[in-house]
Amino acid sequence: MAKMNMLQAINNALDLAMAKDDTVVCFGEDVGHFGGVFRATSKLQEKYGKARCFNTPLTEQGIAGFANGMAAQGMKPIAEIQFADYIFPAFDQIVNETAKFRYRSGNEFDVGGIVFRSPYGGGIAGGHYHSQSPEAYFAHTPGLKVVIPRDPYQAKGLLLASIASPDPVIFFEPKKLYRASTGEVPEDYYEIELGKAEVVQQGKDVTVLAWGAQMEIVDKAVAMAQEQGVSCEVIDLRSILPWDADTVAASVQKTGRLVINHEAPLTGGFAGEIAATIQKMCFLYLESPIERVCGLDTPYPLALEKEYVADHLKTYEAIMRSVKF
Amino acid sequence: MTNPNNATITTVHTAAFTAGDALKIPTLRILQDDGNLYDGADKPTLDKDTALKMYDTMVFTRVLDERMLAAQRQGRISFYMQCLGEEATTVGSAAALDEQDMIMAQYREQGALRYRGFSLEQFMNQLFSNEKDLGKGRQMPVHYGSKDIYYMTISSPLGTQIPQASGYAYAQKLRGLAKTTICYFGEGAASEGDFHAGLNMAAVHKAPVLFFCRNNGYAISTPANEQFVGDGIACRAVGYGMKALRVDGADILAVYQATKMAREHALKHNEPVLIEAMAYRLGAHSSSDDPSGYRSKEEEEIWRKTDPISRFKLWLVKQGWLDEDADKAKIEKLRTEILDALKVAEKVAKPGIEHLISDVYQQPIPALQQQLDELKQHIRKYPDAYPVTSGRMD
Repeated sequence: MAKMNMLQAINNALDLAMAKDDTVVCFGEDVGHFGGVFRATSKLQEKYGKARCFNTPLTEQGIAGFANGMAAQGMKPIAEIQFADYIFPAFDQIVNETAKFRYRSGNEFDVGGIVFRSPYGGGIAGGHYHSQSPEAYFAHTPGLKVVIPRDPYQAKGLLLASIASPDPVIFFEPKKLYRASTGEVPEDYYEIELGKAEVVQQGKDVTVLAWGAQMEIVDKAVAMAQEQGVSCEVIDLRSILPWDADTVAASVQKTGRLVINHEAPLTGGFAGEIAATIQKMCFLYLESPIERVCGLDTPYPLALEKEYVADHLKTYEAIMRSVKF
Repeated sequence: MTNPNNATITTVHTAAFTAGDALKIPTLRILQDDGNLYDGADKPTLDKDTALKMYDTMVFTRVLDERMLAAQRQGRISFYMQCLGEEATTVGSAAALDEQDMIMAQYREQGALRYRGFSLEQFMNQLFSNEKDLGKGRQMPVHYGSKDIYYMTISSPLGTQIPQASGYAYAQKLRGLAKTTICYFGEGAASEGDFHAGLNMAAVHKAPVLFFCRNNGYAISTPANEQFVGDGIACRAVGYGMKALRVDGADILAVYQATKMAREHALKHNEPVLIEAMAYRLGAHSSSDDPSGYRSKEEEEIWRKTDPISRFKLWLVKQGWLDEDADKAKIEKLRTEILDALKVAEKVAKPGIEHLISDVYQQPIPALQQQLDELKQHIRKYPDAYPVTSGRMD
């Protein structure tokens, strides 16, 4: 075990993956010698050479297309999109190409070796072009897997599982936690299974569900509720697609209540999908309406960020509304 | 850094434009319409077997196109795309490649596909989206693909194969395979962002790609002069620091020669090359299109006279490699074979219901398996509404 922040854990995962398998290649804007604007790929070029860790021109659609081609040839490209806000020029390559490559060819070809890594989310005074959480767009695309870690241990295990996955993965990294989140991380190789949620705290009155950077916020709200005598069960979804409805449903069948928190705007956000599925799976168990605590339906603000975000106070209020319904 | 801009600085002291058409790219022509070579033209390096295989491939696609367009008109298949008038571009280039060079095509490259050995049955199975189709009946007609013959499955979105070809070729280089990737696209698709992204990526990362532009004059109804104002597409390669060649696309000897040269260069120097073949899309864009709405019969007649097949045939006859009577008999036989294969393929069953969810992921995710189970129950309740699958579920 070693103490690492999330960036170090991600860097360590990439290092192990590149050492283990010489078809693993890392690239993206500023990813080479500089090691990425957040330093996630630091020292990888020195260690594995310019052919396997390199800068690309400033073209997200080019990066994604290049990754599709490399993966179709049988390699494992790990392509960094510098900010999730800038993934949209690559949307066609990811949604129409990456996601459909195996299906449309009848499994003659696939790009399962791909991982798109991208920092997402707010909390860094980034305004609407350095703060977005676009997971719901990709969760609406059959063929992709979408994964979001909450801490360094999770980040390393989930990233290594994403690289090993036979399907393409979009790995969104909560950039707010890159340096802020630290913890003990095994130095050896390990994977955390994709598609499985984790119950991080047992409770009996209400289930509180989130992912990524929102897990810290949820923990704060849960602590406040606990002081009021409310016992919360806390779940980290971890994989947005495919998502672990069974674990969530089992919890809600026990607690009878569900509060979902995410950073992205409310309308069309992934909480809506979860709420619809859980009300069907748990209809007769529900004691109160499913609550969604999300961003407002606006672009991500700058000066009024505090007001906008799905913070611990809003989450606490939703928990209390749910238990007092 | 001594030259941070990565650009040549030639100093002048009076403001002066460089004209947008300053770069003139010559067009390679070897074979004339009458089957004779141009004076002083490069001598063809083709052997007889290769030349006849190229000719047979062109004739095959011409006859297949005629028959399948008719089949579409009869309502037997939903859609079709001919390559009429452009046979020399794809066949001539495919013939110049190694058989393990990857082909990443747009959709009108059945000539390259056939040259690689895609069988008549495989064409038909794809066109009828039956259960023997390698693509499992998932894509509209003409979206062929086969891993065995290094032909990447076609994707409808235009130009997406361009940056993919750069990545594929980069991987070939990294693995030391000594193979190239050819990437076909039209002059219309060259307006897509992926064109610029892909060429620049290949140039910067030194990927051995042959970018092959079929400049056939039209993107559905939009003529090339409403698509761009530069001098064709080839000049853009120079902007990316890439070598370029322009050829007469109806001249199969020129296409072959240019592609051979480009391939050698790409492999030797690990560099992409752009080839622009000047052609004319003599047929409609697709079976859903009618060119009479945007161009004249007179215009089409001019181009019909430069037919790439008849030109090559005249040359083959002059070489003493082709007997015209035997050729006619062969074409008649081919017509019969195509019709017979069509009749077989249209009776083959559609893919089974399990292929509704297979290959979305390597293994179906739980939600997808559940959706299929629910669907099967529904089909069992209303079997008459779903005749393709209701009779053959486990």
